[in-house]
Amino acid sequence: MKSLKLLGLSTVVAITALTGCKPKGTETAVSGDAAQKVYVAPGKYDEFYNFVSGGFNGQVNVYGLPSGRLLKVLPVFSVNPENGYGYSEETKPMLETSHGFIPWDDQHHLSLSQTNAEVDGRWLFANANNTPRVARIDLKTFKTVEILELPNSAGNHSSPFLTENTEYVVAGTRFAVPMDDENGDVPIDSFKENFKGVLSFIGIDQQTGGMDLSFQIEAPGINFDLSHAGKKKSGDWFFFSCYNSEKANTLLEVNASQNDKDFIMAVNWKKAAELVKAGKGRKVVTEYAHNTWDESTHSATSTMKKEVVVLSVEDMKEAMFMIPCPKSPHGCDVDPTGEYIIGSGKLAALIPVFSFDKMIKAIADKNFAGEYDGVQVIKYEAALHGEVQKPGLGPLHTEFDGQGNAYTSMFVSSEVVKWNIKDLKVLDRQPTFYSVGHLMIPGGDSGKPFGKYLVAYNKITKDRYLPTGPELAQSAQLYDISGDKMKLLLDFPTFGEPHYAQALPGEMISKNQVKFFKIADNKHPYATKGEAESKVVREGNKVHVYMTSIRSHFAPDNIEGIRVGDEVYFHVTNLEQDWDVPHGFAIKGNQNAELLIMPGETCTLKWVPKKPGMYPMYCTDFCSALHQEMQGYVRVSPAGSNTPLIYSLNNKKDNAQSPVKEGETK
Amino acid sequence: MKTQSLNNLTRVLLIVCGIALIISIFVPLWSIYLEAPQYPEGLAMYLWASKITGEYEIINGLNHYIGMKTIHPEDFWEFTVLPYALGFFAALCLLAAFLNKKMWLYITAVLFMIFGVAFMVDFWLWEYDYGHNLDPNAAIVVPGMSYQPPLIGFKQLLNFGAYSYPNIGGGIMFGVALILAILAFIEFRKPKSA
Repeated sequence: MKSLKLLGLSTVVAITALTGCKPKGTETAVSGDAAQKVYVAPGKYDEFYNFVSGGFNGQVNVYGLPSGRLLKVLPVFSVNPENGYGYSEETKPMLETSHGFIPWDDQHHLSLSQTNAEVDGRWLFANANNTPRVARIDLKTFKTVEILELPNSAGNHSSPFLTENTEYVVAGTRFAVPMDDENGDVPIDSFKENFKGVLSFIGIDQQTGGMDLSFQIEAPGINFDLSHAGKKKSGDWFFFSCYNSEKANTLLEVNASQNDKDFIMAVNWKKAAELVKAGKGRKVVTEYAHNTWDESTHSATSTMKKEVVVLSVEDMKEAMFMIPCPKSPHGCDVDPTGEYIIGSGKLAALIPVFSFDKMIKAIADKNFAGEYDGVQVIKYEAALHGEVQKPGLGPLHTEFDGQGNAYTSMFVSSEVVKWNIKDLKVLDRQPTFYSVGHLMIPGGDSGKPFGKYLVAYNKITKDRYLPTGPELAQSAQLYDISGDKMKLLLDFPTFGEPHYAQALPGEMISKNQVKFFKIADNKHPYATKGEAESKVVREGNKVHVYMTSIRSHFAPDNIEGIRVGDEVYFHVTNLEQDWDVPHGFAIKGNQNAELLIMPGETCTLKWVPKKPGMYPMYCTDFCSALHQEMQGYVRVSPAGSNTPLIYSLNNKKDNAQSPVKEGETK
Repeated sequence: MKTQSLNNLTRVLLIVCGIALIISIFVPLWSIYLEAPQYPEGLAMYLWASKITGEYEIINGLNHYIGMKTIHPEDFWEFTVLPYALGFFAALCLLAAFLNKKMWLYITAVLFMIFGVAFMVDFWLWEYDYGHNLDPNAAIVVPGMSYQPPLIGFKQLLNFGAYSYPNIGGGIMFGVALILAILAFIEFRKPKSA
């Protein structure tokens, strides 16, 4: 009996002890004043805009920091029924590619435009990973204003990274593929002969931000993962992390993890640009779409380009080098001084830090270990500043606080590790919840980080929020990094699977916001600049409705004489000249989407009625006390009927203001 | 004769008044501000001697709910007259200073007072017309409600708080009126004490 009691007691003690040993959760990781530090009182603004990649939803999400509040979702590579992006006639061309209309993509990385290696708040660049594209978002309007497709590429992963004065956006291909002017219909096991890894350099117009595919480099057929431009003294260089130096093409998880070292490729982009100017490189015939948004016509145009200049390894002899990097490097990050290049070997048990000065000296001294597919390989030790020992497991990405410290995300061990760049000592480590991928410090990849916060973007979210079925939101975690030790302040759910993010002080963008488009400057070919100009015009089986919207009615609000088989184009101009007064437009049975028309803008919705009847149309965005009254009817008659084409606004007999007008026929 | 002439200070102030009135032609005379929960940044309208500026187009858009007339600068005959009237009084001030006669000071002061009162009455009449002359078919009809903004000060009009204050030009007009009144008073008292 006694022994039984003893057994029972010891079991209780053991269980208590064991549960006490359970890893600590966030409850203990958050200190008392965390709530105060992230509380943004009503009427106050957040300190930073945080632009977060939408991952597989193809969008960009804008959050406020430190509150973690979602401010806006920007459609970039995906159609968006909320505002008709990709559905309206004006925005459809934005999603054109050489493969036709592609309404989705996988959006990974973001880059804010920079001047003198500092973020400047002009534009945000975004990549499409699947069908290689790079987009530019204008931060005055938060609209996607340009999308450029990339030829000779597949899996546009190491993109879009920018030089310190936004001279070039770079885009390295993740998948090696045969060149577009060569036959792609080849056996996959001819990988080593036929597959190339192409790096694209997109020139940026300094005034307009306009993108132009200036040149490409036909590099060896390895996988380019991530990249960053140098800055200041290393400003002429670009660094790309490469994996699969084995050039395997099957079961890569094993076969691409054989070599102890892969590479960081260093490219002197300035020299490359000079080589192109000097007439080097071959012209490759291909096809890629260049889509641009014109703010004065409120319309996009898509043009197909046919040619690109491609430099070969041979051309780049003096301007392209490989640095060995342990093992399968992922992140490739350059510190704010431009001296240190950090390669994160995601399968390595250390973090290699390279020195730019040493790299230049090694090149000058021809301190090479050999060649890889014609590219000189610098000796590892010759370029190495040092290694961070035992930093954690699975280092992926590194950001900087501008105080000489680096912060590396550890995917496998789920933590953020702070270390000193010069002496390579680990200073602090904090757990993440869980499996952190990218991390971000506002301005953390520029020459001037705002080292106050760090956000970790986590891939796994179990137990963070109320469950939502088998699929859970991803999470972002905000740390205060202003002290010696990182402090967890907040976590908040995010869309898609967030990858890289960017942030900058709110004021840099908020002061330049466009509040409405001036109606006088509207050069849309179907703009209606006043109710008196509204009309309905038939051209064969196409009917153009020149419509206006203003609180709280459409003009016209009644249309008759549409026939089954007609293509009806509603060109709706929002006549408002006031901030935050968009009007919506929707019609019953329409198979695409609705419109959300900004003040002073013209948008076009195409509608092909399938059967006769009465079709209500209405405003979808609550605009005023009389929003619900903002509606009208379209009467659709059978094909071939002779119902006269008429339209009107407010034509009630007892309250006549406007006569019923006859539609024009051209 | 000497008792009929003006103090040097009076003459200087008359010249200042004249110049100030010239300035008032080229700056806003009056401001009307509207504030509502959904317009946290406020809506402003500025009356000048010859035009209206500010966000009156937006105010027009809002006015249609309650059936107020829309504001159009071309509806105001005052805009063709006011710059000349202000110019005339500026010239009168300068003339009084130049002629150095008390009588001219009195004439200037009295005429300007009359002008000022007429200006305010005219302004009030416009406000009355806009605030009371409502479209019977308007969407929102509040029985007994009028929407006349205040001449000076604050008034709550449904969800809008309306503020009406003199701008630089209006301030000049008040200032000139006050200075002229004081000068006339002092000059009037002067011979008794002399």
